Amino acid sequence: MLVSLNWLKEYVDIDGISPEELAEKVTKSGIEVDSVEYIAENSSNVVIGYIESCEKHPNADKLNLCQVNVGEETLQIICGAPNVRQGQKVAVAKPGAVLPGNFKIKKAKLRGVESFGMICSLQELGFDEKHIAKEYAEGIFVFPEDAPVGESVEPLLNSTDAVLEFDLTPNRADCLSMLGVAYEVGALLDKPVNLPSEKVNATTEKAADYISVKVDDEKLNPYYGAFVIKDVEIKASPLWMQNYLLAAGIRPINNVVDITNYVLLEYGQPLHAFDYDRLNSKEIVVRKATEGEKIITLDDVERTLTSENLVITNGKEPVALAGVMGGANSEVTSETTNILLEAAYFDSISIRKTVKATGLRSEASTRYEKGIDPNRVRQAGLRACHLLEKYAGGKVLEGVVEFDKLDRSEQTVAIDTKTINHRLGTTITSDEIAKILERLQFNYERNDEQFTVYAPTRRGDIAIFEDMLEEVARIYGYDNLPFTLPTGTTTVGGLTKKQQLRRSIKNYLEGVGLLETRTYSLTSETYVRKLVSPEIKELNPTPISLAMPMSEEHKYLRLSILPELLKTVSYNLARNQANLAYYEIGSIFVTDEQEVTKQPDEQLRVSGVLTGKWLENLWQQENKKVDFYVVKGIVEGLFNHLELPLRVKQVQIPDMHPGRTASLLLGDKLVGFIGQLHPALEKELDLKETYVFDINVEAILETHHHEPSYMQIPRYPSVTRDIAFILDDRVAAGDVKETIEEVGAPLVKSVQVFDVYKGDHLEEGKKSIAYSLLYQDPEKTLVDEEVENSYQAIIAAVSEKHGAYVRS
Amino acid sequence: MQEQLKAIQQEALSKVEEVNDLKELQAIKVAYLGKKGSLTQVLRGMGKLSPEERPVVGEIANQVREAITTAIEEKNTILENAALEKQLQAESIDVTLPGRPVKVGGPHLLTKVIEEIEDLFIGMGYEVREGPEVETDYYNFEALNLPKDHPARDMQDSFYITNELLLRTHTSPVQARTMKEYNGEKGFKMICPGKVYRRDTDDATHSHQFTQIEGLYVDKDVKMSDLKGVLNVFAKRMFGEDRKIRLRPSFFPFTEPSVEMDISCKVCDGHGCNVCKGTGWIEILGAGMVHPNVLEMGGYDPNVYSGFAFGMGPERIAMLKYGVNDIRQFYLNDSRFLKQFHQA
Repeated sequence: MLVSLNWLKEYVDIDGISPEELAEKVTKSGIEVDSVEYIAENSSNVVIGYIESCEKHPNADKLNLCQVNVGEETLQIICGAPNVRQGQKVAVAKPGAVLPGNFKIKKAKLRGVESFGMICSLQELGFDEKHIAKEYAEGIFVFPEDAPVGESVEPLLNSTDAVLEFDLTPNRADCLSMLGVAYEVGALLDKPVNLPSEKVNATTEKAADYISVKVDDEKLNPYYGAFVIKDVEIKASPLWMQNYLLAAGIRPINNVVDITNYVLLEYGQPLHAFDYDRLNSKEIVVRKATEGEKIITLDDVERTLTSENLVITNGKEPVALAGVMGGANSEVTSETTNILLEAAYFDSISIRKTVKATGLRSEASTRYEKGIDPNRVRQAGLRACHLLEKYAGGKVLEGVVEFDKLDRSEQTVAIDTKTINHRLGTTITSDEIAKILERLQFNYERNDEQFTVYAPTRRGDIAIFEDMLEEVARIYGYDNLPFTLPTGTTTVGGLTKKQQLRRSIKNYLEGVGLLETRTYSLTSETYVRKLVSPEIKELNPTPISLAMPMSEEHKYLRLSILPELLKTVSYNLARNQANLAYYEIGSIFVTDEQEVTKQPDEQLRVSGVLTGKWLENLWQQENKKVDFYVVKGIVEGLFNHLELPLRVKQVQIPDMHPGRTASLLLGDKLVGFIGQLHPALEKELDLKETYVFDINVEAILETHHHEPSYMQIPRYPSVTRDIAFILDDRVAAGDVKETIEEVGAPLVKSVQVFDVYKGDHLEEGKKSIAYSLLYQDPEKTLVDEEVENSYQAIIAAVSEKHGAYVRS
Repeated sequence: MQEQLKAIQQEALSKVEEVNDLKELQAIKVAYLGKKGSLTQVLRGMGKLSPEERPVVGEIANQVREAITTAIEEKNTILENAALEKQLQAESIDVTLPGRPVKVGGPHLLTKVIEEIEDLFIGMGYEVREGPEVETDYYNFEALNLPKDHPARDMQDSFYITNELLLRTHTSPVQARTMKEYNGEKGFKMICPGKVYRRDTDDATHSHQFTQIEGLYVDKDVKMSDLKGVLNVFAKRMFGEDRKIRLRPSFFPFTEPSVEMDISCKVCDGHGCNVCKGTGWIEILGAGMVHPNVLEMGGYDPNVYSGFAFGMGPERIAMLKYGVNDIRQFYLNDSRFLKQFHQA
C-alpha cells in the first residue's frame, strides 16, 4: 500500500513529524515501511504562468517564442516543447530558479533571441515517470484554467509530497485504506481521525424506480447496494485527485473511474460503475456462473467461467465478474451519462477462488480476498455519490437499492490488567490500558481491572484475547518490555543418539579430508533411478514426483544422494577444480506405494565422491591418485571408528564399473556400496575417473553400541608368523582372510595382507598373497607346538577351500 | 723400571694427544693397556723386584695406568662429540621445504552455523528435534492455525505431492509434532533445524530449498519478556556482545503476539549504512507467543500453558555473518567456496 502523506493529512494531523520519523514509528509498531519516496526533488522559484502569445522563433523551426504572464511581470521565454500553445497555464522557472540537479535558471540568448526563464515539463521538475499522467509524458505540463497565475506550482503539483510504502502482513487488511492508515497513525501519534464527507443532495427521483437487486446466495454476497446517478459529465478529475491517485500508483482515467478508485483507496471498499444505459435492463441479479458461461472483461479478454465464479448479471447475461473485474459490455465511456454504482460485500474465499482460476488480481479483488469492513460498504457508496455530485455534475437519485443480510456486529473481547501483565511480563496499569484503547479508538467498558473491548469491524483481525494482548503490547511499545529469562520447568538439552552419530560420522569424514556438501533433494527423471543402492533397489521403490514441478531438473525426490552430488563434481571440473573429495549426509525418500498416499520412509544416508589426486607432494615425488583402495580405506576407517565389523563383497550395480564395485555388509545386512563409476556414466557427466560410496546411516545406528568396555592389555608375548599362498587369480583375498580367521580362532588375533604379487616366476592366472598372522593367548605364554599346529591347520584349510598352495 | 714406566706414560700420553680418530685411539688403548700392551709387558717384570720395591713400583704403575686410561677416555669423549657434531651437520635439512600434506576436510558453512546455534540452545536446556521433510497438509498448515483457504498460505507457495502431502514449507510442523508427543503433560524446550522447500525461482536471494531452525518453549507461565530475554542472549552470543536487539510487531498465523527481531547493524553500529539500508537495523528472525489454537491442537490447555516460538534462516545468518552475497553459493558446492570455511 502506497500512502501519500499529503493525502493522509486530510484525515489525521501529522504536522511536525518528518516522513522518515513517521516511517520509523509505523515500522516499530508492526507495519514495515519498505521505502520513503518523494514525488519530486526540491526546486525553487517555479510559478504558474499564463502564455499570452506563442509564435515561431524567427531563427529556429522547432522553437517557440512565448510571452508568459507570471503575475507581476510578463517574461519572454523560448520553449521547444511540442505541446506549447497560446492560452495555456504552465510551470515557469523564473531566472534565479533552481531545478533538481542544482540546475540554475538564468536569462539566456537562444539563436539570437533573449529568453527569461524556462517553461518546465514535470520531468524537469524532478518527477518520476510513474507520477506523470500519460498526456504529459512528452512535453510540458498544462494546469487547469483556474490555476492562480504567479503562485508557486508546488501545491497544485503535490510535488513536496512523500509516499510511504507499507508492506502489509495479511492480518492488517485494514491498512489497505487511507482511513485505516489514519486510524493506525492516529493511534501511534495519539491524534483523532477526521472522517470525509458523505453528504448527498438527493433528488426526488428514486433509484428504486430504475433498478432492482436480487442475490441468489447470501453467504457469497451478503450485501449488494446499487446507487443511480444521472446526468454525469465525463471529464478529467480534479488535479488533486489525479495527484493522489498517481502517488498511490493508479493512473487517472476520467472523473467517474477516478472517483471509484479514489474511494477504493480511501475506504478500502471496491466500487464499480456501470453505464446504466448499456445495462439494457432494470435489474441486477447476482448468481453463480453457469459452467462454460462467457464474459469479456474490461481488459478485452474473453473468459470462460465455472460454477465457482460469482457473476453480476443484468438478469440475462453477466455484466461483471463479481469483485474482480467489470465487463466490457457495460463499461463507462466518454459517452456515458447515467451510472449505476455498485458497492458490495463478497465472500473472501469465493473471490480468492475466482482470482486463482482466472489469474486476474486487481486492487478490488485483493481487498475482497483479505476481507473488507462491513460497516464501510454502504458508506463508501455514499462517499462516491458525494464526489460524483461535486466533480462530475451528477444527480444522485434518492435511496440505495439494497440486498442486505450483512452482519455488522463488533467482536467483543474480554481483557484484564492482571492477565495482560502476566503474559507480557510487564507492570502496565489499568489506566494505561484504557488510554491505549482510546488511542486505538476501540470502544470499551471498564470495571476496574476488567475490560470488555468492542473491536471495530475495520479490524477484522481482532477476535480473541491474544489479539488484544498484541494491540496493547505494540502501542505500549515492544521496546518497553523487560528482558527476563524463563524460570519454569528445568529441562535437559542435548542431542539424540542419532544426532550424535551423525556428528561423529561427519567429524571422521572431515578429519580424513572430505568436504561436506549440500545438494538439492529434488532431481530429474533421468537421474532419480541412477546409483540407487542395492538394498534400496530391492524394495522396488517408486520415485516420488511433485504434482507441479517448477522444472524438469527438480521434479523427483532423490533415491540416492549421488546423482546431484556428481553434478556438483561436473560443475567443479568445468571450473578447473579437478581434485575433489566430497561427502553429504542427508535423507532419501523411499516408498513402496505405486501412488503415494502415506509419507515416505526418509532414510538418512551418507554418500561421498572422490576424483583426481588424493595426495600431491611434488618435491618428494609422491603423487597418489584416488583409486578404489583410497575410498575403501576411508570407508573401513569409518566402520573402525564406529567399532563395527564391515564386510565387503564384489558386486555388479548398473552405472558402476563391473569389476570395481563392492557391496558393504554388516553381518548379512546390505548397508551400501563403494566403487568406481562406469566409464560410460563418467563420460555422460563429463567426469574423469570417479569413485563413490553410499552408506545407510540408519543401519549403522541399529547396530552401533556406543559404549566401549575395557579389555585387559595382554601380559604374555605374541608370536608373528608369515605365510604366502599361491592362488588362482579369481580367488578373493578377503575370502582367504576369512578362512584363516575362522580356522585360526581364538589364537590368531589379526591377519594382515602384506604382499600381493603377479608376474614372473608365477604361472599365468596365478597370484601370490602373503599374510602376516599374529598369535596371542591372553592366559599364558604360547608354546611353539600350539602355533605350529594352528599354522598347519590354516595351510590345510586354505589349500582345500581355495585351491592354494604355500609359496616356498 | 720406574723410568721405564714414566717413559711409557709420556709416550702414551703424547700419542693420545696427537690422535684424531676413534679407531686409532682404540689401537692406542690396546697397544698400552691391552693384554699384550707395553704397560702390561712391563708389569710382568714386577716379579723380579724386591719385596720392598714392589709396592712402590706397583703404586707408580697404577698411577701410570690411571693417567693413560683417563687420557684415553677424555680423548674418546672429545672425538665422539666431534663425530656426532659432524654427523648432525651432515644430517641438516632445509626446514623451509613444504611438509608432507595432510588432507583437511571441513563442514559446509550452513552446518557450521546450524551446529553453532544447536550448541548454544543445548546449553540453555533445549533438546534438538527433527521431523519429516515430506509433511502432511495437517502438520504443515492446519495444526499451525492455517486452515485450507487461509490467505496466509499465499505467503509460502508450496511443492505439493498429493492434495494431502507436500514438501514442508517451514520447520514449524515439528512444533506441532513435539507438542503431540508430550501430550500436553509437561513443559519442554526444543529447537529443530532442517531443510524446507518453497516454490521460488532460484536467484541471488531465493532458493527453492533452504534451511530453517525453529525453537519452541512451552510451559506454565511463559512470558513475552522471556522471549525477549532469550532472543537477546542468542543475538549477543551469535553476533557479538555489543549488538542490541529490537522487537517489532509482525504477523504469523501460529503466534500471537508475533514479533520480528532486528539486531543493530554491525557494519555501521546502528548509524545507518548500505548493509542495513540506512535503518541501522538488520532483520534476523521471526518469533512470537504460541497461538492458543496451536497449543490446543497440540494437546496443551492454553489457559494453563503458554509458550514462545522463534524461527530463523541459517542461510540468512551465514550471509550476514560471513558476507556471502548469493544464496546459490550454498548449493553450488564450488570447492573454492567450501574450502573457505574449514576452520573449526
